[in-house]
Amino acid sequence: MNPSAQIRTALLVVVAAALLLVAAGCGFDASSDSGGGAGEPETEGITLYSGRIPAAIGGAVDGYEARADRDVQVRYADTADLAATLVEEGDASPADVFFAQEPGAIGAVADAGLLAALPADVLELVPPRYRDPQGRWVGVTGRARVIAYDRGAVRPAQLPRSPFGLTAARWRDEVGWSPASSSMQEYVTALRARYGDERTREWLEAMVANGAEAFPNNVTIRDAIAAGEIEVGLINHYYVAQAVAEAGPDYPVGVYFPPGGLGSLMLLTTAGVLEASDRKPEAVAFVRSLLQRPSQGFFTSSSKEYPLSRAAVPDPSLSVPLARVPSPGGDLIALDELQATIELMQEAGAL
Amino acid sequence: MRRPAPAWLALAGLLVAAAAVLPAAYLLIVVAGDLGEALSTALTSRTAAIVARTLALTAAVTATAVAIALPIGWLTVRTDLPGRRLWAVLCTLPLVIPSYVGAYLFIAALGPNGMLQEALGVAGLPSIYGFGGAWLVLSLFTYPLVLIPLRGALRRIDPQLEDAARAMGRRPLAVFRSVVMPQLWPVLASGGLLVSLYVVSDFGAVSLLRFDSFTREIYIAYRSSFDRTAAAALGAVLIVLMLGLLLLSSRLRTAKVVHRLGPGTLRPPRPYRLGRWRWPALAFCALVALVAFALPVGVLLYWASEGVASGATPWSRAAALAGNSFGVSAGAALLGASAALAIAALAVRYPGRLARLFERASHAGYALPGILVALALVFFATRVVPPLYQTTALLVFGLTIHYLPLAVGPIAAALVQVSPRIEEAARGLGRGRAEVFRTVTAPLARGGLLAGAALIFLHAMKELPATLILAPIGFETLATDIWTQTTFGFYEASAIPALLLLAVAAVPVYLLSERGAARP
Repeated sequence: MNPSAQIRTALLVVVAAALLLVAAGCGFDASSDSGGGAGEPETEGITLYSGRIPAAIGGAVDGYEARADRDVQVRYADTADLAATLVEEGDASPADVFFAQEPGAIGAVADAGLLAALPADVLELVPPRYRDPQGRWVGVTGRARVIAYDRGAVRPAQLPRSPFGLTAARWRDEVGWSPASSSMQEYVTALRARYGDERTREWLEAMVANGAEAFPNNVTIRDAIAAGEIEVGLINHYYVAQAVAEAGPDYPVGVYFPPGGLGSLMLLTTAGVLEASDRKPEAVAFVRSLLQRPSQGFFTSSSKEYPLSRAAVPDPSLSVPLARVPSPGGDLIALDELQATIELMQEAGAL
Repeated sequence: MRRPAPAWLALAGLLVAAAAVLPAAYLLIVVAGDLGEALSTALTSRTAAIVARTLALTAAVTATAVAIALPIGWLTVRTDLPGRRLWAVLCTLPLVIPSYVGAYLFIAALGPNGMLQEALGVAGLPSIYGFGGAWLVLSLFTYPLVLIPLRGALRRIDPQLEDAARAMGRRPLAVFRSVVMPQLWPVLASGGLLVSLYVVSDFGAVSLLRFDSFTREIYIAYRSSFDRTAAAALGAVLIVLMLGLLLLSSRLRTAKVVHRLGPGTLRPPRPYRLGRWRWPALAFCALVALVAFALPVGVLLYWASEGVASGATPWSRAAALAGNSFGVSAGAALLGASAALAIAALAVRYPGRLARLFERASHAGYALPGILVALALVFFATRVVPPLYQTTALLVFGLTIHYLPLAVGPIAAALVQVSPRIEEAARGLGRGRAEVFRTVTAPLARGGLLAGAALIFLHAMKELPATLILAPIGFETLATDIWTQTTFGFYEASAIPALLLLAVAAVPVYLLSERGAARP
């Protein structure tokens, strides 16, 4: 092939590819609109923005689809990224429901005025402390903040009554935490509310001085304990439960619910309905279904999360009952509080 | 007196540059919305300290990446190194491993109580965490950014220049320094620039390796408090850093005449005989391939053997994901290489203020974390072109502007080596400018075009945050599948999609080295 023929072929390929892309774009466009937003009445079903991965919500979505004979289109991404996307989309959002991994994210969406009020019958499925005081979102499941420990190196009896005790010399260079993660920051926010900024700052500084190792997230702390790199870490209980489900009962990491201090604080996964949705009744029906028995049962049996609905029964493996796990409450996740927490953590050298 | 660029080329350059600055424009809009808060976030002593740390890492990684790529490039293109094509492919592939998976692989292999420590049976190894680990891992995953364009440039070097120098009695090393190196400066500078921009914008690897870099500040500002003004302000700092690196890189590109002057077809260069130097050369290539390729792939294969047993990702599903990844990445590679050709042609053939402005603008998307590029497109698409929102077309567009500069450098370097006299001759024979560009310039710069397209392809394959946000709903790729598998930390389950990612990427990488070797 001579050069000009070759370049002609290349140009043809480019044009063909461009046409294909446009065609594919239009095709996908139609399918993505079917979830809502533009609101063609001929399609059925809602669009869900999920900050939780398929394995964590799949059973609940599938169950709803089967029972309600409705379609749920799901966009999966990081919770914070979805919250930012919803804020940028504003009224143009194709989403009907937002299911967030952390309460801070849904708080940001609510503060931007993008969430519709949920009806009382949905809100009242969970106790008041697990829902937004203004009724814009509702807690679906809970994860407890616990001390994870190396079962080979530590006996539960040696563990401190609360994370305050992790600043002792016994735990020097043996503690993992994740100051940059939202779960740790929510925990510190709750500490500030209960014990004040001074006491919280002292604890943060003592943790840093005691050589607490900063990990990017809960999973890496768990894995570092499993690898024998550190002995204990502050994480959410269900990451260990999932690893046990995956690796079997010999998994070397154990979970300890500290009885003192804040105890094992409950962090919520939350759901809300978008104001921009033109399928609100259906969206509300989906959120309601998340709090009904089949979905709550799925969450608790698959990922060992605490079901928040009054109707649900926790998994028998959860030795500490829900009532004994304190919750920060809706007002504690206010964004300005989170901002103050981050500043305090930065001043204390923890972040 | 310089000729002005033809209108159609200037217009094409303008369109590309305008598209490429969309993310930066979005940052400006957000920052301007709350200037006070933005300034107080961006201008603190804390920012300065972290910028300094990040720049130290950037300098170390860039120097190391060039130091790895230069010998491998020269050995695999210009010598009789045994198995040179294989080494070239093996040493290029690490680029496609997503950095967050790559860092995890290195931690599994070299971290505390990792595979190496177990194999050696020692009590401890030097820590993989912090500056040292980030330096090692990022160097190993970014040197292909230099290697790919470098190999293209080495193939285009006219051996007559070297022959002449040797005939005049210069020793091989002196020939390399005085004849070869000056021709390589443009690709080394542009490749080094890509490495440094990769390092300043990377988040996955540095966070896993617990090195506090600048992107972590953005992460903290944005993911923890959902404060997009602060994140945008810090993103703007990244843009400023990028401009500084661009200036530095353009300083390094010498203005020497590096295209061949003689008429006739380029003669394939005679490979240098390595003789007994063959063994250290082989040892070096093997070491790099072992650490950068065999080690992570070995860990993946080990995990896959366990993952298959527990049935992680079914093969049929994995094949569909691979098809999606390939389609979107190929689209971005084609579009990106075409767009970069316009920018590069302006920069090389019609240098001037406008061309320089366009070239710098084309780099804006690459210096930013993918999520900021994605949010910018959410912002503009929902307001300006709602029907395109969450379509594959918009996803391809987003990947293109995110990775555009990857192709600009190699293509510009290729064009520099094409003598304008050939173009002038074609003009003299009565062809129009567009015709000359199409029939003379583009074919001669083919190596650079292919290298540029391949670089975009390899990056688009592993892109995550923009793909998750911009793709049509339900559209999954290998990268999104890896993400869903690793969220709970089950990295073993991500082994099969990660291996497929490597397999799909191996095709263009192999073709690139094949073609280059057959027809220099």
